[in-house]
Amino acid sequence: MRQVVLPVLTVLAAIVVIWYCAAVALNAKWVRDQAARADEQVSFSQLVAATMVQERPVMPAPHQVAQGLWKGLAGQKVTSKRSLVRHGWITFSATMLGFVIGTAAGIALAVGIVHLRSMDMSVMPWAIASQTVPILAIAPMVIVVLASLGIKGLLPKALIAAWLCFFPILVGMVKGLRAPDRMQLDQLRTWNASGGDTFWKLRLPSSMPYFFASLKVGIAAALVGTIVAELPAGATAGLGARLLQGSYYGQTIQIWAALFTAAALAGMLVVAVGVIERVVLKRMGMAQ
Amino acid sequence: MNTETSTQTDPSHVAAPPVAAPPVIEARGVDLTFQTNDGPVHALKDVNLTINKGDFVSFIGPSGCGKTTFLRVMAALEQPTGGTVTVNGMTPDEARRNRAYGYVFQAAGLYPWRTIAKNIMLPLEIMGYSRAQREERVQKVLQLVDLEGFGEKFPWQLSGGMQQRASIARALAFDADILLMDEPFGALDEIVRDHLNEQLLKLWARTNKTIGFVTHSIPEAVYLSTRIVVMSPRPGRITDVIESTLPKERPLEIRDTPEFIEIAHRVREGLRAGHSYDE
Repeated sequence: MRQVVLPVLTVLAAIVVIWYCAAVALNAKWVRDQAARADEQVSFSQLVAATMVQERPVMPAPHQVAQGLWKGLAGQKVTSKRSLVRHGWITFSATMLGFVIGTAAGIALAVGIVHLRSMDMSVMPWAIASQTVPILAIAPMVIVVLASLGIKGLLPKALIAAWLCFFPILVGMVKGLRAPDRMQLDQLRTWNASGGDTFWKLRLPSSMPYFFASLKVGIAAALVGTIVAELPAGATAGLGARLLQGSYYGQTIQIWAALFTAAALAGMLVVAVGVIERVVLKRMGMAQ
Repeated sequence: MNTETSTQTDPSHVAAPPVAAPPVIEARGVDLTFQTNDGPVHALKDVNLTINKGDFVSFIGPSGCGKTTFLRVMAALEQPTGGTVTVNGMTPDEARRNRAYGYVFQAAGLYPWRTIAKNIMLPLEIMGYSRAQREERVQKVLQLVDLEGFGEKFPWQLSGGMQQRASIARALAFDADILLMDEPFGALDEIVRDHLNEQLLKLWARTNKTIGFVTHSIPEAVYLSTRIVVMSPRPGRITDVIESTLPKERPLEIRDTPEFIEIAHRVREGLRAGHSYDE
């Protein structure tokens, strides 16, 4: 345990130190400008102190972000519009819906690609093309088009999330379903196994390690997709909206607090997938 | 070319008059040419062979002589481009669909997510055996390959030799009376291989299966077989078929007898002859 904790804490401490230095360096200009305007001299200690407590710093100091986080997470009723728990929950639910849709789409396409030659030849280029389209440009259009069709709320965001999420799952599952080698397929042939047997008894179990690896990438991508989908004008809830409002009003502390909430959420989601992976692979006997 | 066919009947029916029992496997003028990017490869040329019930036939030869290809033709994993093959009087593909043979590959190919018992059950599940039948057969074949008590272990908990035994058990679990084995012990060390060879002979005696066995080891081929088919490459063909004069009961020490050494010598001569106009 100590072997794990010590390096992690060391790196964390280094980051905090660098961060404080950056905060002083980046916020100093405003302090000097203020002092020049008031025709005052500031000592270095005054300067440092002043860079730590600004209301709209260029670079909020770590403790300011921590305060912002604490206020957003614990200092509000969870129903409040300032509550990061509320915004996080809204982003989380759209992420999960998008993740489910994206995973289902990714698996379905992968199964098709592995089994149908026509899909094998045609789907992949389109899937790759879909990922080269800048999501930031597409997202507002999708939201607007769906809104004009009367579809609002969770689903449009989830679709953007699914857009980003299906691709890693598709790639991982194609690789996974094709993991069985020639010998294993020949062997099933000697038993005159049906296509269904080949899929359920060999291909699908073989793909599980690939599947979970791509789920971890996919769920993080779904979160990014959801936040991007919350950025377009009109969205009032979700971490993405919180980020956007923060940047409208120059509330850098709010932006950073929302960013950290998003990062923590992504971390939790990936860890959760990792736990499920360990349980499933252990039950399958594949984790030694 | 030596295309002699065996008229020897099952040793257990020696007393009976030689009724012409239909051969289990019969190959007539089998040709197989693979089309590759480097042009056609003549893998098999005019292969003729008859395998009778209860035979233990080894195929030996250098790599590229088509021994594995011929085994795969019998298993309907390759399609010959000429000639005919019958397995139990059917085409190989019909025989495959009737699950006429068990096939053991060089690698055990056990599924890591299934226990040994579940691995052996796999073909039984596919073939639609009932749960009770599956349980019963698994116990039976585990005993047959000396793996009782290992059913609940996962493959990675077993040594390579044990894994290969499990894969043989899997091929024995269903009612195929033909066993096709493609260098099943090729990846194992010699001590384990000796042990498994001994066990395989016992198993063959108990089950009276017809076995086709590909190997590149002369002692292995001589020790195991009732008949040794010597093959030679470019194009893959049969150069000699040697009837073993060894008794059916074979302790490992039989390998030091003059009889054994003489058969081995003949196999070696056959292999050398096949190579003579090679280089």
